[in-house]
Amino acid sequence: MSRAEKSQAERARPGDPRGIRHPLWTLGLLRSEITTLLRRHRTYALLAVLAAVPVLIGIAVRIETGGGGGGGEGGPDGGAGPAFLAQVTNNGFFLVFAALAATLPVFLPMAVGVVAGDAIAGEANSGTLRYLLVAPAGRTRLLLVKYASVLVFCLVATLVVAVSALAVGALLFPVGDVTTISGTRIGFGEGLVRAALTALVVAVSLAGFAAIGLFVSTLTGSGIGAMAATVGLLITVQILDSIPQLSGVHPYLFAHYWMSFADVLREPVYWDDLSKNFQLQGLYVAVFGSAAWARFTAKDITA
Amino acid sequence: MTDTAAEAEDAPEGRAAATGAAPGNPAPVAATGAPVIRTRGLTKRYRGGQLAVDGLDLTVPAGSVFGFLGPNGSGKTTTIRMLMGLIDPTSGTAEVLGRPMPEAARTVLPEVGALIEGPALYGFLNGRDNLLRYDRADPTADPRTRRARVDEALARVGLAAASGKKAKAYSLGMKQRLGLAAALLRPRRLLVLDEPTNGLDPQGMREIRLLVRELAAEGTTVFLSSHLLDEIEQVCTHAAVMARGRLIVQGPVADLAASARGRLAVTTPDPGAAARILKEHGLTGLSTDGDRLTADAPPAAVDLADLNASLVGGGVRVRFFGVERGSLEDAFVALTGEGFDVAG
Repeated sequence: MSRAEKSQAERARPGDPRGIRHPLWTLGLLRSEITTLLRRHRTYALLAVLAAVPVLIGIAVRIETGGGGGGGEGGPDGGAGPAFLAQVTNNGFFLVFAALAATLPVFLPMAVGVVAGDAIAGEANSGTLRYLLVAPAGRTRLLLVKYASVLVFCLVATLVVAVSALAVGALLFPVGDVTTISGTRIGFGEGLVRAALTALVVAVSLAGFAAIGLFVSTLTGSGIGAMAATVGLLITVQILDSIPQLSGVHPYLFAHYWMSFADVLREPVYWDDLSKNFQLQGLYVAVFGSAAWARFTAKDITA
Repeated sequence: MTDTAAEAEDAPEGRAAATGAAPGNPAPVAATGAPVIRTRGLTKRYRGGQLAVDGLDLTVPAGSVFGFLGPNGSGKTTTIRMLMGLIDPTSGTAEVLGRPMPEAARTVLPEVGALIEGPALYGFLNGRDNLLRYDRADPTADPRTRRARVDEALARVGLAAASGKKAKAYSLGMKQRLGLAAALLRPRRLLVLDEPTNGLDPQGMREIRLLVRELAAEGTTVFLSSHLLDEIEQVCTHAAVMARGRLIVQGPVADLAASARGRLAVTTPDPGAAARILKEHGLTGLSTDGDRLTADAPPAAVDLADLNASLVGGGVRVRFFGVERGSLEDAFVALTGEGFDVAG
């Protein structure tokens, strides 16, 4: 095996017209992409802001309630959307949901928009894109790897919020069995599984927006411009989604079903809106992913 | 071999080095094989309507050190980007290593090292990590030899000691060296170096020239673009000249320089008398600069000794008399009818 590999490696040296591809090289490129992303100060600044949100919420709630476990048991609030803040004083576990509900509309997607918008445009801006392409990374592969690394960032960012909230919640408030939105009680362990599932759902919710960011990133050679455009688009969509007169288009806005993640905390899990959300995200990924591919593979790299 | 190259480098006159470059190297690959780069009618018109490259028919023989000359804005970089598959040509074809570009980019480019329009680095990574990242982007690079190859490339460009420093702290010359190292991560059949000595001090330029000769001696074809004629004359075996998107001429450097007529130069304290006598002998293009007088070299039928005798017989005191060989710059001026950096 190793001998075969060796001779293969030798054949891959120039002189042979066809370089032998190392089978796992795409994973190597992905790993390089992720470690490069994680070695930027900017990434840490974004994650630090996200981690700070649960801390602020936790301290605010703690001060507001005078440090006691006073507030009445927040009744399950099915129709009007989750207001997890009320439950936080009774059970610090709910800070995870309160923090995700607070960061999902703006903070989380903004961080994702920065990373996605910069993915291609930032490399074009610094000129490194041309060297990656003559390496040759391959345009389709590079785009896929870039998108995969943005998805990884979505997950990492969501987990940072969830873990920070869980730690702050456990520190400032009592924790224990979890009352679901449906009113039933589940054990704390089961609650943690639901929390992890929720974080995953939130990360997937961002997939469509990440694809939009990547598409915008292929349109320009300016990393800052791509970030600004992506985040501007997010704010526009959030505003459109809040105007009742436009309810006709709401189901097609990528942010419309984001808050459905709360349904994970129902007993049993209520899948209707969740699956609508997943379908919508899939649609956005397909449309904007294809657009990004079409644009990037045909683009003249002059930067 | 490095020694012969160094000797050539130390030769008092640059032009001697140019001729020394080819014979000094044993030339393991004759510059006669199948062309490494061949374009037919290669044309690029940008969306703005600007014609950057116009019907380029370029042939780069294997084993050559090929100088690609032209003023800034003459289409050199656009051509290189088309050869590397970064830009789609508007029309025409380009073949690199015998395969069509950009279609065959995946098999061609691993055998090509490139430095295009200066280095581009990740400022927040150190020199070594920059190279590791570029190597990981190459699907055919062996991950097990990666670190060794990176170290070798760093040593080759003299950056081994600075490899742990963040690239943003590098000087322009160090960045240029790191860019070169990225092109040398693997043995290549073709090296494309766009303005490789930009930002380097004279010592750095010397080192690059040595490196280019070394690589050429190993059989790598080197395609070198520059707007510095000296640089091309010193290292290149072949050259092509571009101006305003068109290829003006291409061929062996010796032929190109020979095609330019030499200049007769006379140094004398009596330039006025000398000019009169030379004019009487039918010489043209006279110009006087202090005690130095030059004219277009006379046709071969005229014996220079007779010419000198007439000068002395006419009472002209001659300090120096002789024909200076045509340089590539003369050739360029003759071809374009303008100075080299006018079109910039």
